[in-house]
Amino acid sequence: MISRNPQLNRTGELQHLLTTEGLPASILLEILDTAESFVGVTERDVKKIPLLRGKSVFNLFFEPSTRTRTTFEIAAKRLSADVHNLNIAISSQSKGETLLDTVNNLSAMDADMFVVRHSQSGAAQLIASHVQLGIHVINAGDGSHAHPTQALLDMFTIRRYKQDFQNLRVAIVGDILHSRVARSEIHALATLGVPEVRVIAPKTLLPAKVERLGVHVYHDMVKGLKDVDVVMMLRLQNERMQGANLPSSEEYFKNYGLTQEKLSLAQPDAIVMHPGPLNRGVEIDSAVADGKQSVILSQVTFGIAVRMAVMSILAGN
Amino acid sequence: MKIHIKSGHLVDPVNGIDAVNDIFIAAGRILAIGDAPENFQANRVINAQSLVVCPGLVDLSVRLREPGLEYMATLVSEMEAAVAGGITSLACPPDTDPPLDEPGLVEMLKYRAKSLNLAHVYPIGALTQGLKGERLTEMVELNDAGCIVFGQSDVPLTNLHIMMQAMRYAATFGFSVWLRPQEASLTNDGVAHDGEIATRLGLPTIPVCAETVALSNIILLARETGVQVHLCRLSTMEGIDMVRAARQQGLSITCDVTINHLHLSEMDIGFFDSNCHLMPPLRGMSDRDALRNGLLDGTIDAVCSDHAPVDEDAKLLPFGQAEVGATGVELLLPLTLKWGIEMRIPLVTVLAKITAAPARILGIDAGHLSLGAAADLCIFDPEQYWRVATSAIKSQGKNTPFLGMELPGKVKYTLVNGHIVYED
Repeated sequence: MISRNPQLNRTGELQHLLTTEGLPASILLEILDTAESFVGVTERDVKKIPLLRGKSVFNLFFEPSTRTRTTFEIAAKRLSADVHNLNIAISSQSKGETLLDTVNNLSAMDADMFVVRHSQSGAAQLIASHVQLGIHVINAGDGSHAHPTQALLDMFTIRRYKQDFQNLRVAIVGDILHSRVARSEIHALATLGVPEVRVIAPKTLLPAKVERLGVHVYHDMVKGLKDVDVVMMLRLQNERMQGANLPSSEEYFKNYGLTQEKLSLAQPDAIVMHPGPLNRGVEIDSAVADGKQSVILSQVTFGIAVRMAVMSILAGN
Repeated sequence: MKIHIKSGHLVDPVNGIDAVNDIFIAAGRILAIGDAPENFQANRVINAQSLVVCPGLVDLSVRLREPGLEYMATLVSEMEAAVAGGITSLACPPDTDPPLDEPGLVEMLKYRAKSLNLAHVYPIGALTQGLKGERLTEMVELNDAGCIVFGQSDVPLTNLHIMMQAMRYAATFGFSVWLRPQEASLTNDGVAHDGEIATRLGLPTIPVCAETVALSNIILLARETGVQVHLCRLSTMEGIDMVRAARQQGLSITCDVTINHLHLSEMDIGFFDSNCHLMPPLRGMSDRDALRNGLLDGTIDAVCSDHAPVDEDAKLLPFGQAEVGATGVELLLPLTLKWGIEMRIPLVTVLAKITAAPARILGIDAGHLSLGAAADLCIFDPEQYWRVATSAIKSQGKNTPFLGMELPGKVKYTLVNGHIVYED
């Protein structure tokens, strides 16, 4: 039986980044602080620093993704790593090769780091527990389990706009049940000391015993958004818009879509976040997405710095 | 072959034996207990001092993976593992490939098992053809071939009309029907209990109501048709309560629990341990406690191993994609003993759950040490603890959540029809 947190080594340093759950605040803050130093790099003329020179980073995407994969690729290249993109969905997996066989083959090509996205919860964990010592695994999203770099860039964004975490009310709105982003955000917010985290969703989109994660549950936007400092919207997947979870995207927007009117219930200086890609008119109104309280594009920019931070810290441990 | 088992601690729940005594075996049967019969010349004397001598274990759910699934395990490997676990009679579910829905397949399995001369094998016949839940099987023909009970294994019977008619038909001939309650439409692609752990890990869930809704249907149809129903592998507190209530209302119904569910909960999944991917899923701590108490108060009649050897590669996958099941025949005795020790229950009561009770459910003459009975015996050291390691497991499946644990109870000898089929 595995009982040790599998992403830390014996001395408590980060070996892999698999989930924000169970990571001490000191490691989360180290990542955020390191990311601060990289924000400047992305604004320079020469955007490269040699921290990962000679290292091979493999982007293993078993599930299609353009945005996340691209930001990881940019981050690795800015650190001077050699980046290899593998779109596994249309290569070896369809030929029957198992997940671990794929990883073993790539390890034999002298990989130093794997960035993994997979449709199954726990896939990154499985890979991390089987790679050789010295190879690092970054979870870029596994099933409904975790998406730690997204949560970290969200924490970075919150700190940029709100300075600290100690006096905040944060609301996460939407499909909590299927969201790896929500889970990773909830754990990170709790560890960083946010006193009140709310989730707002219909009962069909909430997992069992969600309150055990330390959140307050709301089914009503009017009550849930009252006086919050941060509104984190979640993307509603197309396949969940109609059927057994929800009757229609229209009814969802009416009840849970973020409009200027609903946002006015939050603190006047509240910020609006979204992990993207946006479904305008489904979970968020265009006026809000493009409005002055929206920090959605900043999230994307900071995403590169945060991923650079994670990679450089892992490579140094 | 005449065998004299000397100074063992005899435990027989049926005849109320719980004392140190000698036992004499000849011509495959128990000839005497206590004093040696006149002119008894033993070919073999087994010194059973400080060992327990009990009826051979009866296991209600052992997947032998034959026919069709030999890459996971073979009849020989699993039968050898079973007798190493002290099991002398076992029922095997019909979910082989093809399923046990034709007399020829059953005869072949019985024949192959018999020729190995190890434990007695009782195939559970498929209740519907191909387990598809559409057409009834030829139950009488299957019975002639060796099936004494009928079931669907883990394949859900979604059409309630078919379920009712299958029960009626089985009741006509006095066959009992074995079902595991799980409503398919409430299960979907679920892999874990709908609780705190699945919420944390983001795993698709199987709610408690998947068991209770199905249980409700089965109980109502059992009452309607009068068939003898055995419920396989209950997992929830609510399910146990329903069975208890149905019995209080006079329904004759039996049920079992697996060694895994008796000791583990969703918490044991930890960081996606695929050895804990079981069906039904490991439930909450309160469910586990209800199962442990339900077994004690008799609501749950028996413990089974739910033996399901899985090829190692099939477990080296993300939790949801990993093959379901755990190896179990060699852990049935130790884990039942462990439950007894933890609950402070007399050994004779504990052993009844894996000998007399399952024999009664299966309807076979086994699980007791009566004079003249077939000499199916298990002789074990109750004080010896052993470590569950892949090297210590004889089954071809090394997959179990208990790997690395120290468990009580080491089988020293297993006898079937008076032959020593296993010796440590």
